Order: sequence, then structure tokens, then C-alpha cells
Amino acid sequence: MFSIKNKEFLITVVIGALSWLVALLIFFPIFWMFLTSFKTEIDAFATPPTLFFTPTLENYTLINERSDYWHFAWNSVVTSLGSTFIGMVIAIPAAYSMAFFETKRTKTTLLWMLSTKMLPAVGVLVPIYLLFKDFGLLDTKTGLIIIFTLVNLPIMVWMSYTYFKEIPKEILEAGRMDGANVLQEIFKILLPMSKGGLAATVLLSLIFSWNEAFWSLNLTAFEAAPLSALVASYSSPEGLFWAKLSAVSTLACAPILIFGWLCQKQLVRGLSFGAVK
Amino acid sequence: MSIKRFAPALLVAAIAAAPLAQAETTVTIGTVNNGDMVRMQGLSKAFEESNPDIKLKWVVLEENVLRQRLTTDIATQGGQFDVMTIGMYEAPIWGEKGWLVPMDNLPADYNVDDIFPAIRDGLSHDNTLYALPFYGESSMTYYRKDLFEAKGLTMPAQPTWDEVKTFAKAIHDPKAGQYGICLRGKAGWGENMALFTTMGNTFGARWFDEQWKSEFTGEAWTNALTFYVDLLGNYGPPGASSNGFNENLALFNSGKCGMWIDATVAGAFVTDKSQSKVADNVGFTLAPQQVTTKGAGWLWSWGLAIPKSTDAAEAAKKFVLWATSTDYSDLVAKTSGIASIPPGTRKSTYENAEYIAAAPFATKTLESMKAADAKDSTLKPKPYIGVQFAAIPEFQSIASQVGKFVSGALAGSMTVEEALKNAEKVSNREMKRARYFK
Repeated sequence: MFSIKNKEFLITVVIGALSWLVALLIFFPIFWMFLTSFKTEIDAFATPPTLFFTPTLENYTLINERSDYWHFAWNSVVTSLGSTFIGMVIAIPAAYSMAFFETKRTKTTLLWMLSTKMLPAVGVLVPIYLLFKDFGLLDTKTGLIIIFTLVNLPIMVWMSYTYFKEIPKEILEAGRMDGANVLQEIFKILLPMSKGGLAATVLLSLIFSWNEAFWSLNLTAFEAAPLSALVASYSSPEGLFWAKLSAVSTLACAPILIFGWLCQKQLVRGLSFGAVK
Repeated sequence: MSIKRFAPALLVAAIAAAPLAQAETTVTIGTVNNGDMVRMQGLSKAFEESNPDIKLKWVVLEENVLRQRLTTDIATQGGQFDVMTIGMYEAPIWGEKGWLVPMDNLPADYNVDDIFPAIRDGLSHDNTLYALPFYGESSMTYYRKDLFEAKGLTMPAQPTWDEVKTFAKAIHDPKAGQYGICLRGKAGWGENMALFTTMGNTFGARWFDEQWKSEFTGEAWTNALTFYVDLLGNYGPPGASSNGFNENLALFNSGKCGMWIDATVAGAFVTDKSQSKVADNVGFTLAPQQVTTKGAGWLWSWGLAIPKSTDAAEAAKKFVLWATSTDYSDLVAKTSGIASIPPGTRKSTYENAEYIAAAPFATKTLESMKAADAKDSTLKPKPYIGVQFAAIPEFQSIASQVGKFVSGALAGSMTVEEALKNAEKVSNREMKRARYFK
């Protein structure tokens, strides 16, 4: 018979093992992609798959020769940061007003905003393409920043709203009693108190913008094309391409993976903000 | 000396130089990520060197993504591309709509008559050429000479599908990882439907009758699909319904397929020792026939076209002429070897003894190309142009859906009868909606 201590230990071990299993399952495709990027095309296509092989850098060399990686990487950096910054500038006041000056339409508005995420993007491709054409925004970083901002805004407003709701109204009222105006209320009280959550919002928006492919592919040609467009250029209907595609995907994922890894504490803290209150 | 003394001269020089600086024209090229196109991208530096006033920018994408991207741009007159890589399906449709710049007044030294008539016709509408062919392909049969020899089999010049089945049965040895035949099974109008349509053609089938009505539940398509499912199900590799060109190429190159019927461009891949384990043992012959030889091998060409929405038409045409010229072929021969020159477009390529000697697949490619006729590819008369497709705007949507049913029948998720019934329903519904009939 197990004692309570043994039982608790067993549960901890099982939960730990399950967590590792889930983590490994999630990480495995990334690991396999990384591994494949050092294979030759024949090794990459081999059945059964080869785990031990002579590594080669030929895929990375080829990508370096064929594509200007830094051009695409720079576009990714500018559009991700730009859209996240503008998005936060819009999302914070919007969430502030909804969280602290709630009306009977607030919930409906929030839901409506979120519902735009449920619309298949391809459904509005032609109208957006025509608008971009008329405003001269096709294949421009400005155009991509605008579309990324619009795409991520509902999530940013929702997340900011959720974090702001965790802050007691009384604290803001106390600030107001001490003579703080709206801007001071936001910058000196609200933002410092919810910085964990807002950091998570910023990080998520950066990741979503970095990984966005549909609009990047459809609204850019060369000048503003980000890394997701570069990845798409290595898939081929004729000939072997898995190793090259894995190499270019590794190069495209690496910056955001490293960034996410460095910021994981903030990300986890932000995502679980208020969850245990 | 004072700078003020030189200021007027500098100003005049700057004004004079301004048009020169602005004279550089940027040509944005949308192309597909195929080996031949990637080689063109690499060699295009030679074009830029001889045309310093033209700067090339490349957008290389996978076929389906590129097709969607280019269609959106040209339909909205977006003007994002100055040169578009399009196929025989798009060229006549887009040409008819007036979206493309006609490729007329070509210089005499371009020698347009050197281009195969079938390719020229396929890229034209009303006898006006709308794209210049970069490379062309048909389909043919690849087989393992060593396995055939070991079993005492002889491959005829153009086997029937029944003979192919007999051969597949004889060399099929799944325990040894050796499959009798590999064919496309992955759903898609450019994937399984390319192969299955040519198979259907030889069984006497056609996509539409003279009134644009579907005949999928007829005897010809039923025989073809029953045969296809039986052949690939019994003598094909496991999971054949998810195999497209690339998967079959990998299987064939790793020695797992006894036969493979696919694009003639694969000839360069299966004989390339750096990627094929069976490079020395590959035999080539025409694509199989059955009740007719008509439409046995498909016909396709990737061409370079100039959209009307371009603002750099002159520079774009200069590039297109260069990339599809014999001079370009010579450049490829010099830099990558003669076997690598873009195949299937020019007669002169196949009159070159050096090319025939270097490319063992060249003779059969030429025969296949000559046999393919987009206007006459079915036993019964047909109202459409195209061997493995019908050059009408509705075809892409219909064939994509039919491709799923064919793949479903192969995977066993539906019967042959169900698949064909669904195919007929979808085809007639779409055609009726498009007012081809009431």
C-alpha cells in the first residue's frame, strides 16, 4: 500500500513525465527540421528516415548564394516591430476605456472585434488587394505594418483588456484623487502594474507578425517580402527540396526562437498573470 | 579654390546625370521554383551585365502559391510583376481576356519558327502568342532495365496499360521494398489529374462531350479508374494516394519503383548520379496507350509572359527574349553542361547531336512531344483544347475536386462508382453554373 507521500511523489513523477513528453512532442518537428537542414536532399528524402548521416552545410551555402537573407530578415524585423508598436498604441487606450469605463456594449464590441479573426483571410483578399493598389501600398513595408496591426489588434485589445480588468478600479481612483490626469493614470499607474501582461501581449504580437504568411505572400513581391515569403520560395513542385526548405526555415525561425527563449520568463509570467488570484 | 566657383558646374552636372540615374528600369519577375528557373535566376547576371540599364528582381514561389499570387495580381491589374511565369493553361485564357501583352514583332534572330508548333499553339489564343516558352514537357514511361532483364521482360516502344500491369505484377516484390509501379496519387489538378486524364484519354474518355457535359459515369472513365485503382493498389507503393511528382521521384531514384510514368523533365533527375541510385539502369519509352494512342502523353510548357499592367514592358520583353533564346541555351550549355539546357521547346535542341548524346532521355522526350496534340487528344471529339486539362477558367476548380475523389477511390475511402458519380455531379454543377449549358 502506498503512503500519501508516495502517492504524491508518484503523481509528481507522472505529471513531470507527461510534461516532458508533451514538450518533446512539440519540440520534435523543430528538432527534425534543424537536423534535416544538415542533410543532403537524398538523405532528407530517405525512407526510413536517417538519424545518423554525414552533416553538410551545402544547403546553407546555397541559400546564401541564391537569396539575400538579410533583406528578408530586415523586412521581418521592421514589420513585426512596427506593427506591434502601432498595435499597442491603439490597443492600450482601447482596452483602458473598455476595462474602466464599461458600457453595455463593451462586451459586444469585444466579441465583434474577436469575430474578425474568425473570417477566412482569403475572403477579403481581393478587396484588400485593390485598396492596397489604389493607395500604393502593395509591396511596401508600410502596407505590411498596417495589415499586421489590423490582424493582431483584436488579440492585443483582448489581452490588454483582460490584464487591465485584474487591476482594481480603486487604485486608479486613488490616483485621480491625487490629481493624476488620464495620461498619468495610464503611464504611471496602469502600465507599470500590468507590465507583465503587456510584455506577453507584445511578445505574442511580435511572434504572430513574424510568422504571418498569407498576407506577406499576397501583398508583397520583393521589396517588402519578409522571411515567411523567403521560406515559401524554397518549396518546389518538381525536384527534391526538403533539405533546402528545412535550412531556410531554420534561418527564418532562429531569430524569433532565440528571442522567445530569452523572453520566456516574461512570456509565462504574462500569460499566467492573474490566473492564480 | 572656392567651392562656390564649381557650384554652378556641379549643379549642371547633377541635373544632366539625373535622367541617367533614373534610367535604370526594374523588372520584377514572378517565377516557379523549378531547377531550370532557379538556374535562369543564377545566370540572369549575364543579362544584367549586358543591359546595365535593367535591374532584375525575383519572386520565386512554389507552383500553386505562384499561380494564386499571379492570378490575384493580373485580375486586379495590380502591376506587381513585369514578367510572369505561366503555363499552357493560363496563357490562352489570360490572352483572351486581354490581360497579356501579345508576343508579336519578334526579332528575326529569335527564330520563332524553331519553337515546336504544339508548344506555340498551346501558349497562343487566336494564333497570337501570349507567352514565350521557357521549357516544355510531355510524359513518358521510365523503367528499370536491370529488373526487366532479370525477369526476361521486354518493354515495347509504346506499351499498353495492360502490358504495364503485367510487367508491374512480375517485378513487384514489396518484401524487398521493390514496387511494380509508381504513379501520381496525390489530389490536385496538376498532380493526380494530369496522369489520370492521360490514362483516361487512352481508355477512350474525355472531360466533356460536345455539349460540355461530363461523361464520368460512362464506360471509359469507369474502366480507367477501376484499372488505376487496381494497378496502383496492388502493385504500387504503400500510401500511393499521397504521392505526387516529388515523392515518386524520390522512390524511383532510391530504386523502389520498377516503372514510373511521369513528366519528361524527370529524365534529367533520374539519370543524374548525384541524386539517383539507379542512374545507369533507367530505360525510357512512350507513355502507355490502351484503346487509343491519342492523348497518352501530356503536353505542358512554362512560358514567360508580360502582363498589360506592367510599366516596364520594353525591358520585360528584352528579358523574356533573352531567357527563351538559343543564346540562353548556349549559356546554360557552357556553364552547367549541355544536358541541362531547358528541354522541349526548340527543334534545334534536338538537332544537336551533342545534346542527344549527353541526354539519354532526349530522343524519347522528342517523340513524346511530337505525339502530344492539345487539339486532338481524345478518341471522341471534344470541345476543349488541352491534353491533360481543358483550357477553360472553370477547369481548375472542377479538376481539383475530381482529383480528391480519384485520390479517395485509390485510398479506399470511397468506391470507384461513388468517386465517378461525385465527379460527374461536381463537373455538371459547375459547368451549368457557368452557363455552358442550361
